[in-house]
Amino acid sequence: MHAVVLLKEILDWELPASKFRVDDEAKRPPLDLGPSLLGPFEQNALELALQLKDAGVVTRVTALLAAPGEPVDGLRKALALRCDEAVQVVAEGADAADPSQTAELLVAALRRLESPELVLAGRQAGDWDHGQVGYLVAERLGLPAVGLVFRAERDGDRLRVWRVAPGGVEQLGVRPPAVLTVTSDASLQLRMGSVMDRMAANKKPITRWTVEDLGLSPERLAAARRLEIVRTWAPEIERQCEVIDGDDPAEIVATVLSRLEELKLLSRSP
Amino acid sequence: MILVALWDLGPAAREALGAAGRLGDEIAVALLGDPASAEEAGAYGATQAFVFDGDFAGSGGEAAIAALTELARELGARAVLLPRDDRTAEIAPRLAERLGGTAVTQVVAIELTDGRPVWTRSAYGGKALVEVTAAAEPVVATLTRGAFAPAEATGGTATVSTRSAPAVDGAVELLEREAPSTGASLEDAKVIVSGGAGLGAAEAFRELEELAGLLGGAVGASLAAVDAGWAPADRQVGLTGKVVSPDVYFAIGISGASQHLAGIGGAKAVVAVNTDADAPIFASARLGVVMDCHTFIRSMIEQLRSAT
Ligand SMILES: Cc1cc2nc3c(=O)[nH]c(=O)nc-3n(C[C@H](O)[C@H](O)[C@H](O)COP(=O)(O)OP(=O)(O)OC[C@H]3O[C@@H](n4cnc5c(N)ncnc54)[C@H](O)[C@@H]3O)c2cc1C
Repeated sequence: MHAVVLLKEILDWELPASKFRVDDEAKRPPLDLGPSLLGPFEQNALELALQLKDAGVVTRVTALLAAPGEPVDGLRKALALRCDEAVQVVAEGADAADPSQTAELLVAALRRLESPELVLAGRQAGDWDHGQVGYLVAERLGLPAVGLVFRAERDGDRLRVWRVAPGGVEQLGVRPPAVLTVTSDASLQLRMGSVMDRMAANKKPITRWTVEDLGLSPERLAAARRLEIVRTWAPEIERQCEVIDGDDPAEIVATVLSRLEELKLLSRSP
Repeated sequence: MILVALWDLGPAAREALGAAGRLGDEIAVALLGDPASAEEAGAYGATQAFVFDGDFAGSGGEAAIAALTELARELGARAVLLPRDDRTAEIAPRLAERLGGTAVTQVVAIELTDGRPVWTRSAYGGKALVEVTAAAEPVVATLTRGAFAPAEATGGTATVSTRSAPAVDGAVELLEREAPSTGASLEDAKVIVSGGAGLGAAEAFRELEELAGLLGGAVGASLAAVDAGWAPADRQVGLTGKVVSPDVYFAIGISGASQHLAGIGGAKAVVAVNTDADAPIFASARLGVVMDCHTFIRSMIEQLRSAT
């Protein structure tokens, strides 16, 4: 089974609000605000694909990423972790803020790849936070999708997947070809990879497809757009923290408890 | 017509009905869970309620998506609103796609400008707000918990009709359901003691449980603590976890990443406990303590024990 992992690099998601800014004209944060990193759920998706390969469920893993410009670190990383192939859709002119347009690019690339039977995406990329691309890809390829998966195993001719749901964890059976969106779990921390593999990865090729290579016209891409951004801004955060200090920890804790009682937020059981 | 898709008539549902009221159109409700709440939907502004019987859990999101697609088409709905949670995350984009419309997720405000809705959604983990309009209707929107005033009971009534869940192809099938983790519910808790990576080990979470017990509260966790395997996933608070609104939220060994803060905006007071005086959590806290978390937890347990 050939698995394709959809990756994305995003602005460091732990950048504190105090350092975050928006370029009013561009309606998005400036590009130099911080490093671009492989998002956490994309890391989980990649790890799940690699685990499925270790388990022999998947025979081949392709990392696919749509981004403008130079080949991105995330793909080098994927190669260093022994993905079989890395593909970048050189998405000049596409807008990463529009999930429908991103899905259009990825669907065209997936159609060109050798019969992918499993598509893995992160549940939500931490830049625009849309949480849509995996599902839109599934719909446009006519595939079933299961969201918020954190574990998968072979179960006869289908996959048994574990996913987070409001009433507790659900185990679902799904027959490939299918799309899974992946959420975090202790078992899905992205592996480190060896120094040797990292060095070797620098020599491995990254396949680059332009929008034209994929047979997508600028008109077609424009038509795929769904969202018009009117305005983007960074909301103010209020600061009103009362720091309780002192030399004796027990006294500090006692003060916290009595302050909360004064504020009528806590009542100690009689 | 605005279609609101609900599984019950709890607080999140009433917020969704409140949000629907902002769109200045007739409101219909689709109930995919508890049928008993159908009559009640009328009291919160819906003129029509559609109750679906049948099995929605058995096929992942497939049956719910099929049912809502059919109903939204039939009603010619301009918008479909859903409370944002782990279930609707997979439903909304696929529903929008089947309807030829636009999904707008994490909506926190809706304004009508010249009769056209402008949707405000959060991005960058809550560090940014973005106003968007949709190129194609209907819009399928997921609404952030706590962002909209709940609809008030008006005493109206809705005409109730019953339909059966559509048959789906069986590509996805429920095999087993595991019980959720035990412990007090985060959504209803008045006090939450939440632990993060700063706790350093699973054992510290046992202490948090004891502390929560003494305070009559519930235990929460950051994503980092869940990733470390110290707390189960359904204890996670934040953008991709639970959105909570306790009186007091103790954030212990949690740095205060925007995605975590996205879950605790409704807390009346946040108490931050962190060894790093510059941790961003202090900017969102009412009370702050710069202290080792273990010292804090143990001292608090001791004082609460001796008080009883
Ligand atoms: C799309 C997306 C969604 C996300 N959703 C969520 C979500 O729902 N919930 C969530 O929590 N995160 C979420 N995150 C992750 C988030 O960005 C942070 O990575 C995470 O919240 C960090 O958890 P933490 O504060 O426990 O860990 P850290 O950031 O590592 O912070 C640990 C803190 O503990 C303090 N500390 C260390 N030792 C001690 C000690 N002995 N005593 C006291 N304090 C100590 C440190 O000073 C530090 O401030 C999401 C990220 C993305 C991209």
